[in-house]
Formats: sequence, C-alpha cells, structure tokens
Amino acid sequence: MIRIAVISGKGGTGKTMITAALAQLLPGSIVLADCDVDAANLELLLSPKLIRTEPFTGMKTAVIDTACCNLCGECREHCRFHAIEHDGIIYRVNPLRCEGCAVCVHVCPIAITMQPRQTGEVMYSDTEKGHLVHARLVPGAGNSGLLVHAVKKTAMEQDRVCDLFLIDGPPGTGCPLISTISGVDIVLIVTEPSVSGLHDLKRVVEVCRQFRPRVLVAINRFDLEQSLTKAIEIWCSDENIPIIGKIPFDPVVIESVRNGVPVTCAHASPATQAIQILECNLEQELRNYRDQRK
Amino acid sequence: MKLAIASGKGGTGKSMVAANLAFTLSRTIFVTLVDCDVEEPNLHLFFPTPATITEVTVPVPVIDENTCQHCGLCGEFCQYGAITVLPNKVLFFPELCHSCGGCMLVCPNNIIHEEPKRIGTVAISTPLPNLKLISGMLNTGNPHAVSVIRAAKKVAAGDPLVICDSAPGTSCPVVETLDGCDVCILVTESTPFGLHDLRLAVDVARRLGVPAGIVINRSDGKDQATLEFCKDLGLEILMTIPFDREIAAIQSRGDLLCQVQPTWQNAFTALFMKCRALCKGN
Amino acid sequence: MKICFTAQGATLESLSEDRFGRAPYFIVVESEDGSFEAIKNPYADGGGGVGPKAAQVLIANNVKALVSGQVGGNAKEVLAAAGIAMYTYNAGGSVKNAFDQFTKNTLVRS
Repeated sequence: MIRIAVISGKGGTGKTMITAALAQLLPGSIVLADCDVDAANLELLLSPKLIRTEPFTGMKTAVIDTACCNLCGECREHCRFHAIEHDGIIYRVNPLRCEGCAVCVHVCPIAITMQPRQTGEVMYSDTEKGHLVHARLVPGAGNSGLLVHAVKKTAMEQDRVCDLFLIDGPPGTGCPLISTISGVDIVLIVTEPSVSGLHDLKRVVEVCRQFRPRVLVAINRFDLEQSLTKAIEIWCSDENIPIIGKIPFDPVVIESVRNGVPVTCAHASPATQAIQILECNLEQELRNYRDQRK
Repeated sequence: MKLAIASGKGGTGKSMVAANLAFTLSRTIFVTLVDCDVEEPNLHLFFPTPATITEVTVPVPVIDENTCQHCGLCGEFCQYGAITVLPNKVLFFPELCHSCGGCMLVCPNNIIHEEPKRIGTVAISTPLPNLKLISGMLNTGNPHAVSVIRAAKKVAAGDPLVICDSAPGTSCPVVETLDGCDVCILVTESTPFGLHDLRLAVDVARRLGVPAGIVINRSDGKDQATLEFCKDLGLEILMTIPFDREIAAIQSRGDLLCQVQPTWQNAFTALFMKCRALCKGN
Repeated sequence: MKICFTAQGATLESLSEDRFGRAPYFIVVESEDGSFEAIKNPYADGGGGVGPKAAQVLIANNVKALVSGQVGGNAKEVLAAAGIAMYTYNAGGSVKNAFDQFTKNTLVRS
C-alpha cells in the first residue's frame, strides 16, 4: 500500500477539492481518510454512506468530586494551565483548558481523578471509490493529533489490501499535520500564488523534511497572480521539489462543490483538464516509487 | 475591547479582514493587531516593517544525573512520556514536555529544577503611527502553539483595542485565541465547505461565551444556505465581500484592499461599529 | 541474541511495519534457533511519547537489535543509550524476509 497525504500549509488552497478529484481518477483500490479533523470536508464531495462509528477519547482530563473537596485550593495553585476555576463556592476543572498533566491529582489525592472524556468520533463509511475514514472532533477539544492517528490507523487496518491510501490533510504545521504525514510515502502540497501561500509552503516543507516522504507540489488557481506563481516555481526548483500540477482558477470548481461532487464529475473544463494532467504525473510518481522499492 | 477573527475553514480571508480592519481603524485610533496563527503567521507580510523579536520560552525540567537515584518516579508520573529513566541514565525529550512541573513535585530527592526552553518568537513592530503589530511564530515541528499565542496576547494586554487573527480550525489554538475576547468575527465563504465549518466555529464561540457576527467573503451571490443558517441561529451578517478577481489579486500580492481602493474603508469602519454593538448587546 | 522486528501482525509471515513507536506488534526473534515471540505494542495508539515507551518494551525484553523502517529521534536516543543496535528495513516484505536479510548481513546499520 502506498500512502499519499495531500496537505497545504496555508488553509483554503484546495486540498479537499483535489483529493476528491484524485480519488476519482487514480487507478487501483483506494482507501480514503480525512485527517482535517477540525473541519472535515471531504465527505461533502463523496456522498459517503456511514457503516459504523467509534467513540474517540483523547487524553484523560481531571475531574473534581465536589462532595470530597475540602476547598483547600492547592489544585488551582499548582495548575499551570489555568484550568481550575473557582466561583467562590466550588472548584471545577475546565475541560477546554485541562491538559491532562495530573499535577492536581498529585497535590490532592482525595477529590480529583483522571477520567476519560469522549472528545470525538471516528466514522467508517463507504463511497463509490472505496472506504472513507473521517472524524468529528468536539469543537474546542485538544488531542486532534491523536484523533488523526486513530483515523489513519482505522484505514490502514480495515483496508490494508488496498493499493493506495489517500489522505486529505489539515492546514497548518502543528500536531494534526505532523500526525498526518508521519509514516506516509508521498506528500503532495497544494499551494496558491499568494505571499501567504509561498510563506506557508516553505514552513510546511521544513516540517516534512523532519520525516522522509517524497515531496511534490501543485499550484492551484495559478493564473490569479502569475508573479507569485513564478516565485513558487523558482523556489521549488531551487529545492528540487517537482511541481506536478498547475490548475487555473475555474468557476466550475465552485459549482461542483455546491453540487457535492468531485470536479472531475463535471463537464470538461480548464480545471478538470489540469487535474487530469496532475493525476497522470502522480501515477508516474507512483510507478517510480514502486520500482524503487523492488 | 478585544476582537477575535476566526473561521473554521481555512483560507476564507481572516487575515485579509484583520489586516484591512486594523489599517482602516488605525487612521483614527490606536490599534493593536495580534497574529495568533502562530503555525502559519502572515500578517507581517501585509505590514513588512522591521520588528523587535523576543523569544518565547517555556520552563522544562533539568535532572541532575549526579544526584539522581534513578528511582523512575518522574518517568512514571509524566503523562506525556517526556522522561525515560534507564538504570544508569535519564533521557528527557523537550518537545514532549508540557511544562506542567509535575516531575519536580514527585521527585523524592528534589534534584529537578527548571530552565527556559525556546519554542518560538513574538515580533513587535509599528508599521503605522497608530498600529502595533504583534506576530507570534511557533518553531516548526513544535506542538506548543498555545504557549506562543498566550505570550503574544500578553504583550497586547491593557491596549485599548486589540484585534486577534486566529488560526483556522476549531481546536486548542483557536480556543486560546478566542478566550477572553469581547466579540468574534467569523469569516466564511459562500460554499458548502464554508458553511459546514462555520457551524463548528459558531459552536466554539458559543461554548466560550463570545458573541459572534459573520462576514461572508468571496460571495458570488449564491449565499442562500449561509443566510438561512445565520437567520436560524440569530447570527448577524456584518459584511459581505463579493468575489472579485481584482480583490483576489490585491490580496495575493500582500497589498491592502483599503489602501488600494480607499472607498472600502467605509465598509470596514461600519464592520467595526457593528462589532462594538454586538459586545454591548451582551 | 534477541532481535526485534516491527510488524503489522503476530507471525513471521506478517508484513513488516515501517514505523517503530506505533508498530502494532514487535516480533522478537531468537537468532540462535529462529524461535520467536509476538508482543502486542500497548503504546501503538497512545498519546505523545510512544517512541521512548516502545523502546522501554524492548529493553525490558532484553532485545539487542532492532530492525525497522522508520525510528523517530526520541526512540533512537533511548535505544542508543540502552546499547540496542538499529538496522533499517523498508522493502515492505514479511518479517521472515527481514530476518533473512538480517542474517545475511544485507541490512544497513542506522
């Protein structure tokens, strides 16, 4: 199984749209995962039918038993995350701030325990092209990196015979992104021609280099600001990163998203043609990768 | 007044709104703009000025190997696996450490003390006479976005008008940014993705008790679903920015819409007045 | 001597696993006679810090060498401190295949 993650650095560059299109076009058996667990959108393009769902519990959080609490306040004094609130009457742990360090449990063995807290769920669904693993995270919850891991693990275990594992990744460079690219073979970075896009591309490439994937780039909406497209091309060339696709701005893309289908299902248009070229280049990369492994 | 700008979905135009709002308001009042998207900060690209850079550090434990008895209690206690105790050596992994201070508390021999560890920077600049820009930047690969956001917001503490540009999404960094703010602008786009993620962002704002208003960016006029959603939830649409290739190009180049097309300043001033009303309303 | 292979399943025929800390199984093979023990990795789905914790499983089982595809920096530090040699195998074959390569000395020491 070859593992491909589609990421971006900057948000909103078109990862999800491209991932859905690639899922339609790539040959062989595929299992899909949406690792943008904060804001999972891949399901909006693939009409998944839910098969089952599993609860997700992140790290345990502290819980104060008010009946046993003697109001000494030691817990609040020692908590470095300002997670323990006191309204004048009782002490309470704010689960949104609790980082699960258990220091409060140590300083107060009587009234505080660490409890698992369900902060999301992992969903296993069926789509036209293969199974999709996606998740919901309770808004404001932490441990999104761990939820990403749970999503990837479900896909790799349930569908291990698939040729390809295609992942729609999160924006940014933090825990969820790191968890997404860990152990993947190929990373496709979708960027856009803006100063923010280029700046964020550089940062996410830096994070990727801490692992060992093959790094590829695609430029979306490349015709909106050609001077920056050029700047991206020059930088990628200097860094020996291949640009395997350049997709023009195309209103057909938004229409497809509104219709809840991958753009490749729409009629032929500049964007669909460009994505087809991108997919061909990606297939070549996959062939090279398989040859290298022999 | 503390105003946050968040979104749920990435790329909706938070930074564009934040930068233009700050630029417009700074023409008449003193504004502090804080870039809380510390994983991918970009406001400094719109206001490129030399900055004073301070380091953000968090305390991490230092274990004295000479006096350590290798009892292993610190390693057992650490919920994050940051300490590994071998029979004759202790290994510490700083990027796993959450700086909770627990290991120091459980050590029976009192041989652990703390030292600062760099996790990022806060850059402070004054791009315009009435505009202070504070940019938080997290060292790549470091998981402690929240600490850098806290440090950046701290620099702004006490300033009269603070605008915080948040990261996309709905997890820890966004919560840290929104927490303590008086009002929040949620920027969305008129696509199903935008609406889907807007629901999540509204949920976070409500859990934190921060009143929110909506800005629809890159509207192509087909905003029915978003308008209905806002109506159902009693959310006010504060501003709608149409999709326009010229606006997109200005933004892509890192220029300010309100500077290139000054008539837009009226719209952003009106946006601010509506935000003020939302604060007082609650 | 005991050699540990990261694996996706509990037998020698199981596919090897590239990652160390989150490998579902550790297959510990006795090089003298080829007998083996499959240890389910209790940290495979845990929170942060799984690398060092997984390394401690090897230390507790008296493992002298590890054969894996991708070992994170923290785990490497613990393994090195404990004197466990590390070898790279990422051909995607079975544990048996990895073991054969190890005995033939064709694996690269990392």
